[in-house]
Amino acid sequence: MINSELRELYQQVILDHNKNPKNFGKIDPHNHSAEGFNPLCGDHLFIYLQTEGDVITNISFEGGGCAISKSSASLMTEALKGKSITEAKEFFERFHNMVTGQASEDDDFEDLDKLAIFQGVRDFPVRVKCASLSWHTMIAALDNNNKSISTE
Amino acid sequence: MNSDNKQITDTVPFDVRKVREDFPILAETVHGKPLVYFDNAATTHKPLQVINRLQHYYLHENSNIHRGVHALSQHATGEYEKSRRTIQKFINASSEKEIIFTRGTTESINLVAQSFGAKFIAQDDEIIISGMEHHSNIVPWQLLCERTGARLKILPFDLNGELQMEELPGLITAKTKLISVVHASNSLGTVNPVEDIIALAHSHGIPVLIDGAQAVQHMPVDVQKLDCDFYVFSGHKLYGPTGIGVLYGKTKYLEAMPPYQGGGDMILSVTFDKTIYNELPYKFEAGTPDIAGGIGLGAAIDYLNTIGMDAIAAYEHQLSDYVIEKFTNIDKVQLIGNAKKRVGSFSFILDGIHPHDIGTILDFDGIAIRTGHHCTQPVMQRFCIPATARLSLGIYNTREEIDFFVQSIHKVFEVFS
Ligand SMILES: Cc1ncc(COP(=O)(O)O)c(C=O)c1O
Repeated sequence: MINSELRELYQQVILDHNKNPKNFGKIDPHNHSAEGFNPLCGDHLFIYLQTEGDVITNISFEGGGCAISKSSASLMTEALKGKSITEAKEFFERFHNMVTGQASEDDDFEDLDKLAIFQGVRDFPVRVKCASLSWHTMIAALDNNNKSISTE
Repeated sequence: MNSDNKQITDTVPFDVRKVREDFPILAETVHGKPLVYFDNAATTHKPLQVINRLQHYYLHENSNIHRGVHALSQHATGEYEKSRRTIQKFINASSEKEIIFTRGTTESINLVAQSFGAKFIAQDDEIIISGMEHHSNIVPWQLLCERTGARLKILPFDLNGELQMEELPGLITAKTKLISVVHASNSLGTVNPVEDIIALAHSHGIPVLIDGAQAVQHMPVDVQKLDCDFYVFSGHKLYGPTGIGVLYGKTKYLEAMPPYQGGGDMILSVTFDKTIYNELPYKFEAGTPDIAGGIGLGAAIDYLNTIGMDAIAAYEHQLSDYVIEKFTNIDKVQLIGNAKKRVGSFSFILDGIHPHDIGTILDFDGIAIRTGHHCTQPVMQRFCIPATARLSLGIYNTREEIDFFVQSIHKVFEVFS
């Protein structure tokens, strides 16, 4: 018997993206990149972005980690492709509030679309870092190109 | 005390039900399930005998040691020093002066790196450690090398997790000043042939430090028989309190080594011109120590002695064989570390499933395992993996718990199917 909270965390979409991640690999050309670590569990990934003006024309990730961090990176790249940098940063804020449980009770995160499946993470405080690693790395790539960041 | 108890336990079989009654925390539930604690290599739980001893100390005995004429202080000093003798007998050191209280394994190694290092290690000298060391037996030596210009050399291990002993003679040179190796590996479970390492090192006049953090709780340890020059371990992995640990060192080295920290207790007299250091072991014990912790560690060892370390080793050996048998029967489990001589720490990975996910799912069944690199990143690099899941056994674990663990592993496969 699999517990319902566990199912909530490991939803099919998350498992699918873990198995077959989207936008995986290094894009060429790219004009932004950063490396992200979660030293606690060994998650380690790279984010690559190609921007033109304010628009993210292409984005990808490379590296590995747990199902939560990998699927989160995959879904993030899907969500941000074609968005503006400003929108990407707004998405980051919303996503961060969602997984850390800082939003209001009746907020259903409909605006986040598929990313809303990570709501279950807020019940697992130790997994919040896994879900947000790719997002922090993406912001680092946009703000300070070629930096490496760590969740610790 | 040691030998008396041995006679009793040789005839008394290991009664795990009775042992479990001594550990009240095992009655806790996690996510509505009974706690199954398999993270004993990180820290062990404490028996009532230890918890009560700590409480008794604070209720009836609390005072500072080594400096009071009043009754409480004398009593506390007596209990603290009695604990030192308990530890001395537990590892069969030849004198209680060779037992230095520290905060734990990490501080013990840092003490040797700083103090032995200051006296005996200079530029171009060499220190040998193994490839399977805990970070606490790597970083203090790297710091020492940075300070002095000495060099660190690594004795490698093979993919079974066994040291490549044939490489050791080639690593030893006239410049080798110390060898420091782990007795039992926390991530691989390997019990290393420390007797052979010590014998070879001594034939070249090189002293040896043994990191016993994962050994003393699993098997009888006799430092005189081993003939090691330093032996270090932590109280909290030995069913004792956190914040207390031990450095055993041979008198000849401890006497030659300068103090580690300065302060109260480690001096005989202080003037602004000259300070005379106290004798062993106090020379290395500056400041008010963890008095309750030291006394609690003595209580933990008394407790283990009533069961008997031979009986503990035999019981845990049976449990370990059972874990291996179970693992062998699950296709998609790969054990990292297959040494012939081992303790009950098992690192494993599952095909295509990250250890962190395994840990979360098992936690939902109340099972506590550790996931990550276990402070042995070079071991992970050797196997080209970022992390493992680790099951580590203690004296209160049972076959039923291992069966339940296996069921839960199948649940992990189910989630990820
Ligand atoms: C082999 C080994 N050495 C050293 C240590 C460090 O022990 P402590 O953190 O108690 O100082 C550990 C603990 O994880 C260990 O397993």
